[in-house]
Amino acid sequence: MSRFPMFKISSTPIDSAALLNELRQGRAGACVTFEGWVRDLNEGRPVTGLDYEAYVPLAEKEGQRIVSEAVEKFAALTVVSAHRTGSLAVGDLAVWIGVVAQHRSAAFDACRYVIDELKARLPIWKRERYADGSSEWINCATR
Amino acid sequence: MTPKTVHIQYYAILREQRGIEDEKLVTHAATPAELYEELRVRHGFTLGGDRVRAALNGEFAGSETALRDGDRVVFLPPIAGG
Repeated sequence: MSRFPMFKISSTPIDSAALLNELRQGRAGACVTFEGWVRDLNEGRPVTGLDYEAYVPLAEKEGQRIVSEAVEKFAALTVVSAHRTGSLAVGDLAVWIGVVAQHRSAAFDACRYVIDELKARLPIWKRERYADGSSEWINCATR
Repeated sequence: MTPKTVHIQYYAILREQRGIEDEKLVTHAATPAELYEELRVRHGFTLGGDRVRAALNGEFAGSETALRDGDRVVFLPPIAGG
């Protein structure tokens, strides 16, 4: 079975240069990559870092489904993507997506599809750490 | 209804509020929704059942799926990837 398209959960820093190299192929006329970084501000609160926790077997299964869907829907040549777990600091790479296609339109569309679906479907949780020393699980506040 | 033994794994806010990562439990709950309600009352989980999804045996499952003896259950708090 082909290793591609490929999605991985990574507990160590994502080597985006190595992932980009995996995508190289002569048929590709377009490559679109997306990097999600840890930002220093969320909803007005200064953020110092994030902790990501994943239900890894299901996150990898669902991520694999998403990158496969992207290839099929947009006729991309292939997709490689990785999402971090563990403790990240501001500026760290949290998620990486690379798509190659014959033409740019498919590559852009497939890349957008992958990040939107990852955010909506992966069983991953994020705790933000704030400058005042507090921390919160995002989307889990009591309403 | 005969009791069943299920294996439960906790993640994120539920892991912290439960204080452990996993446990075996004997329950009379018929569905993941009933099991979550039992656990929520016992452990004071802050998330209501309407905000938690279930996975059974490594795959997403409806909260009204029938629980079976030996099931591996994971309750999924609201996700926040990316």
